Amino acid sequence: MSIYLPIAELPVNILLIFGLGIAVGFISGMFGVGGGFLMTPMLILVGIPPSVAVASVPSHMAASSLTGAISYWRKRLVDSGLGLVLLSGGLLGTAAGVWVFSLLRRAGQLDLIINLSYILLLSIIGTLMIVESVRALWRSLQGQQPVLRRPGTHSWFHGLPLKFRFRQSRIYVSAIPVTAIGFGVGFLGALMGIGGGFLLIPALIYLMRVPTAVSVGTSLFLTLFTMLAATVLHAVENRSVDVVLAFTLMIGGVIGAQSGARAGQAVRAEQLRFLLGILVFAVAARVGLGLLTKPIELFSVISTEAGG
Amino acid sequence: MILRKAAASVAMATMLFFFVAPLAYAERLVTSLSTHRVLISSNFTGTSLVLFASIEDSDAAKDKSKRYDVAITVRGPATTFVTRKKERILGFWVNYESRRYPDTPSYLAVLTNRPPAEFGPLELQTKYKLGLAFAALSPSLIQDKEFSEALLRVKKTEGLYYEETNAVTFLTPTLFRATLPIPGTAPTGPYEIDVQVFSNGVLAAQQSTAIEVVKTGFEAFVAQSARDTRLDYGLGVAFLAFVVGTVAGLVFRRA
Repeated sequence: MSIYLPIAELPVNILLIFGLGIAVGFISGMFGVGGGFLMTPMLILVGIPPSVAVASVPSHMAASSLTGAISYWRKRLVDSGLGLVLLSGGLLGTAAGVWVFSLLRRAGQLDLIINLSYILLLSIIGTLMIVESVRALWRSLQGQQPVLRRPGTHSWFHGLPLKFRFRQSRIYVSAIPVTAIGFGVGFLGALMGIGGGFLLIPALIYLMRVPTAVSVGTSLFLTLFTMLAATVLHAVENRSVDVVLAFTLMIGGVIGAQSGARAGQAVRAEQLRFLLGILVFAVAARVGLGLLTKPIELFSVISTEAGG
Repeated sequence: MILRKAAASVAMATMLFFFVAPLAYAERLVTSLSTHRVLISSNFTGTSLVLFASIEDSDAAKDKSKRYDVAITVRGPATTFVTRKKERILGFWVNYESRRYPDTPSYLAVLTNRPPAEFGPLELQTKYKLGLAFAALSPSLIQDKEFSEALLRVKKTEGLYYEETNAVTFLTPTLFRATLPIPGTAPTGPYEIDVQVFSNGVLAAQQSTAIEVVKTGFEAFVAQSARDTRLDYGLGVAFLAFVVGTVAGLVFRRA
């Protein structure tokens, strides 16, 4: 069963796209990540032009993260205050990232820089998360209390002014490092064409000491707004948002995200962190392998004039 | 004096006849295409056009040894391709060298009755742009074989470049038929179709026609909205995402 995509200008198997939406939506709801880092490469693999894939995926992420966020919201696992402070930094970071993106593109070799930073960042975060969560799982197997939240240990940024109490997150911290995290995530997200959820969640968990479930809920909340903004920006800047593709992905995405959110809340926090660590590490390994192994076709052809 | 003038003009006319006549085609070509507009709607997965052509004013009926060769070249809207080659640098496979191919057809199909190399000498292929390579690229670009061959190979794999050397069927010695494929991934826009008929390595007749590949109905509306009312279109898609997310959140609460 195939349907013609009016902007991508090619027919696709609608069930395949729908299935991709469900699968990535599930991961999105479970881990609170947008899933763009999985969806965009898969769509390109299916034959969708990269410009259309990159521009259409954000609306899918917005829909899945909204339905995931609603589910977490009901359980009071979304810290909207923290989310809004992150968002203010995130939007600035996104703008800066888009600017640097075009600078690098003009300088050439953008792909290499993106891929290398991708591998470096993801493998470090993935390894840290796996190591930490295995330790936590080990401790709980031994019957000890998890010691992730250490009330006595204060980092240097706890001395900064502009302190806020974020109730759901149970933290009392300055808005400055929170905005900085938002900025960093927005910057890297725009630069690497990803939502940045899997950067944000570890940062909230390990740097801000926010509980895992609240980190996931708040990340979904943030992803919703950044992805809505990205959809409009891509439509205006690149004219490559395909509404038929986006709608098909969305419908699949929200179905997957619902079950994913339930699955995410059913497993223990350490297990969730362990699984997310594995996922992040696997993506890094996949990108790394792609760079290290000899491609079957050494040549690639792109058309520099969009449209017909 | 008058006589000499007349003789000279007769000679001139004779010369003109012998020099000019071979340049004008001996035969005429009459073509008919099943459609000149390919309409793309939501269930479009590609289509094919049927071309019939008749070679008129032919002496093939008298001259039984006469044999025609046909090349049908379909060119989609021109674009600029960039071909990149990956090299291993510090263990990583990265894009290294690249070549630009301006004014190259985004879609190309070359249909012939036998390989164009058998039509006549190589000059015939370069002069009349026969075959994928000559139809797509200028001779100077073809010389860089590694990159130009890669371009043709990649486009063939994508199904956007297509070559068939037994796709023209002669129904009678002067009437032939060919099926032109238009794949689902075909770019929209105007397509040029050139039909060339050769006999004994000489162009005997040619005819050009055109088709248009256009989106229709909903597809045309979406494409137009995305192009002309960008902000509204973007806000519309964002709103759609918001609605889908909210509705799903409410529906699944009851379930």
